[in-house]
Amino acid sequence: MLGRLSWAAIPFNEPLPLLSGAVVGIVILAVLVVVTIKGWWPYLWREWLTSVDHKRIGVMYVVLGLVMLLRGFSDAIMMRTQQAIAIGSAQGYLPPEHYNQVFSAHGTIMIFFVAMPLVIGLMNFAVPLQLGVRDVAFPVLNSVSFWLTATGALLINLSLVIGNFARTGWMGYPPLSELAFSPDVGVDYYLWSLQISGIGTLLTGINFVTTILKLRAPGMIYFRMPVFCWTALAANLLIVAAFPILTATFVMLLLDRHLGMHFFTNDAGGNQMMYVNLFWAWGHPEVYILILPAFGVFSEVVATFSGKGLFSYRSMVWATLGICVLSFMVWLHHFFTMGAGADVNAFFGIMSSIIAVPTGVKVFNWLFTMFRGRIVFRTPMLFAVGFIITFVIGGLTGVLLAVPPVDFVLHNSAFLVAHFHNVIIGGVVFGVLAGINYWFPKAFGFTLDERLGHASFWCWLIGFYLAFMPLYALGLMGMTRRLQHIPDPSWQPLLLVAEAGAIVILCGILCQIAQLYVSIRTRERRLDLTGDPWNGRTLEWSTSSPPPAYNFAVLPRVETIDAFWHMKRTARAPVKPVYEAIEMPRNSPAGFITAFFATVMGFSLIWHIWWLAILNFIAAAIVVLIAGWSIEREEEISAAEVAQMEAGPVR
Amino acid sequence: MTIATTLDRTLTAVPTELARGRGGGGPASKRVVVAYGFWIFILSDMVMFSALFAAYAVLQGNTAGGPTGAELFDLRSVFIETMCLLLSSYTCGLGALSAERRQPGRFLIFAVLTFVLGAAFLFIEVSEFARMVQKGAGPSRSAFLSAFFTLVGTHGVHVAGGLIALIYLAAQVIAKGLRAAVLRRLLCWSLFWHALDIVWVGVFTLVYLMGDFH
Repeated sequence: MLGRLSWAAIPFNEPLPLLSGAVVGIVILAVLVVVTIKGWWPYLWREWLTSVDHKRIGVMYVVLGLVMLLRGFSDAIMMRTQQAIAIGSAQGYLPPEHYNQVFSAHGTIMIFFVAMPLVIGLMNFAVPLQLGVRDVAFPVLNSVSFWLTATGALLINLSLVIGNFARTGWMGYPPLSELAFSPDVGVDYYLWSLQISGIGTLLTGINFVTTILKLRAPGMIYFRMPVFCWTALAANLLIVAAFPILTATFVMLLLDRHLGMHFFTNDAGGNQMMYVNLFWAWGHPEVYILILPAFGVFSEVVATFSGKGLFSYRSMVWATLGICVLSFMVWLHHFFTMGAGADVNAFFGIMSSIIAVPTGVKVFNWLFTMFRGRIVFRTPMLFAVGFIITFVIGGLTGVLLAVPPVDFVLHNSAFLVAHFHNVIIGGVVFGVLAGINYWFPKAFGFTLDERLGHASFWCWLIGFYLAFMPLYALGLMGMTRRLQHIPDPSWQPLLLVAEAGAIVILCGILCQIAQLYVSIRTRERRLDLTGDPWNGRTLEWSTSSPPPAYNFAVLPRVETIDAFWHMKRTARAPVKPVYEAIEMPRNSPAGFITAFFATVMGFSLIWHIWWLAILNFIAAAIVVLIAGWSIEREEEISAAEVAQMEAGPVR
Repeated sequence: MTIATTLDRTLTAVPTELARGRGGGGPASKRVVVAYGFWIFILSDMVMFSALFAAYAVLQGNTAGGPTGAELFDLRSVFIETMCLLLSSYTCGLGALSAERRQPGRFLIFAVLTFVLGAAFLFIEVSEFARMVQKGAGPSRSAFLSAFFTLVGTHGVHVAGGLIALIYLAAQVIAKGLRAAVLRRLLCWSLFWHALDIVWVGVFTLVYLMGDFH
């Protein structure tokens, strides 16, 4: 009746996950109680949960990513602490069984439920505004995407208290992830949460490629699009081309586990290296899905805060597209040690090094943009400068790892861990934090506190160097990744430095929470009444902050790149605009309800409660069919209403 | 669509960069957006099939002492099922033409024909599968058979989903008539159905024809 689910699934004998689960549970309960007492449900349901407005969905993505960042970061600090104390005869406080779950959950959460939602959230918020249009191509689908992502995040957190999580690392390599070696629910949690959120991501990719290629303000030819839109286009093309590979790979592993097939098993002709190949055929493009939009944010930020147009816009665009294509030709560098032979390794080594060329072009673009600019060091700009320095170091160690003989020495070492954290924190996280500080006033109508913003930047920057530079050294000293126990006491000093770094990063996160709190408390003093707090260059700054639901009362006419800058420069006398009725998509609960059924379905599949899984699949399908039946999905805002909204006070 | 018509009305002389095709013509019409998005979806589906094809190519020879493709495949019935699917694409095309001409009656006749041919395809496929499982050549027998059943089965699941969608869309045509929104959905559906044909041509060639020669 309940498949594998029983009371034994709840780890009563392990206090740590139970305690953290209880804390999370109490917090969620408290939030729900407050929302109920204050009577906020109708507002939440109407304005957020069923909203199909790309700005609202973007904000929800970012909130999801930030909440999951707290979860992923607590995993990180737990691991750092374990490695700092479990040395020699000491065993630390995390048993191997638990430690393995922690590092697997850390990687999975940070990639899929922190980096992805944050990046997709920024794209959701900014891309339609920058393109000068009113919404994405498929607004209801957009809401479905978000809620499926949230479903995955929910499932992965459930594994904390009900059952356990995978002990396979975030890549889930077979044969370890096969039923023979991981018979419990851990790997199933991993697979189903990623499968469900992966569908959401794929739909996002389809939505944004269509939006960017087919919905732009009049006059916005391709080479007038803001760079962030270009990078979003490249990232979403990569999503469309890469995520289906991950879906197919996980389907195969699930069939192995659920139906006894033999894709990746040790016996009956299975091939484990095929999993590794397929996984990284998705996985390498995935890192560019994350970093390209961050490059886009930096391009906007550097140009805006230098008071200059981006240096060599065209080379930036071509570099972006070059990386987009090259990203599919390097996947084998993740497993040079597979034994594919010298020729194959040489090819992939050279291709991997070549990616440094377009990336280098971008670095020079940013540098020359700043050259002789009037640089204003607001928080986003600080992150941008910190990024340029940090990312170059990370890129150089990447080129080093791309040399196959070097990789044979450093493969799976702490050096590798340092490298990818170097590019992901120094690149993606800094990019997202810059983007949040940059677009926050556009989303909410007031700026974020600068003092705390600066403090959080310095904590992140110093904390990052303290936490990860020692790992480069430790890797060269022979320390492999994922160690629950440190065999060599001489590594301890460096591990203590790394621990200190993690604590400094924690201070950075606390500064950000304080920054949000203080800014909200003092918002009356920091209102952005102009809609253009940074003297911006692109169209999102030409509308009010926060923008009306329809973004632009009259679609802007684009004549150059940096369209809004051009409008400000030419400063034509404002013509009294002629408002027309605007069609906007209606709110739809389809995403929320589908995701509810998808959550129960995922949970039942993980626990082998087949009847419940089938029922919920049918229910989700029926919701989709009902949503697809309606014809009138738009409602009209009449010209008079638009005129009234535009004439009234901005907020 | 309002946005597009607004544009057309307010522009008297169209600057070159605003001309459609150069990308500066403003937001595209709903029909274009929907069909374009659906094309992208089909592309992503093709990528998923490519991964399954790749897995099949890798595992094809790993029969683990079990039966090979040459011993299992019955090319005659595969040929018949292929013909069913290809013909269903033809009737689907005729149906799309009648829909474009706003002839719901004719459209429904072709929809029924398409459905019958698709269902026949599915029936033959499922009975082939059943025959193989009965012989002890199920998907868990060897890596080759896992890859075979997954690749061909995924295509079959797509066909089954397509048939359900066809009933659903035919119901929409009956209930709402051939309105613009329904026509857009029919356009997407026929794109999907033809794409399944293309995948099947790959399956027929790479799995059955080449498998039979091995």
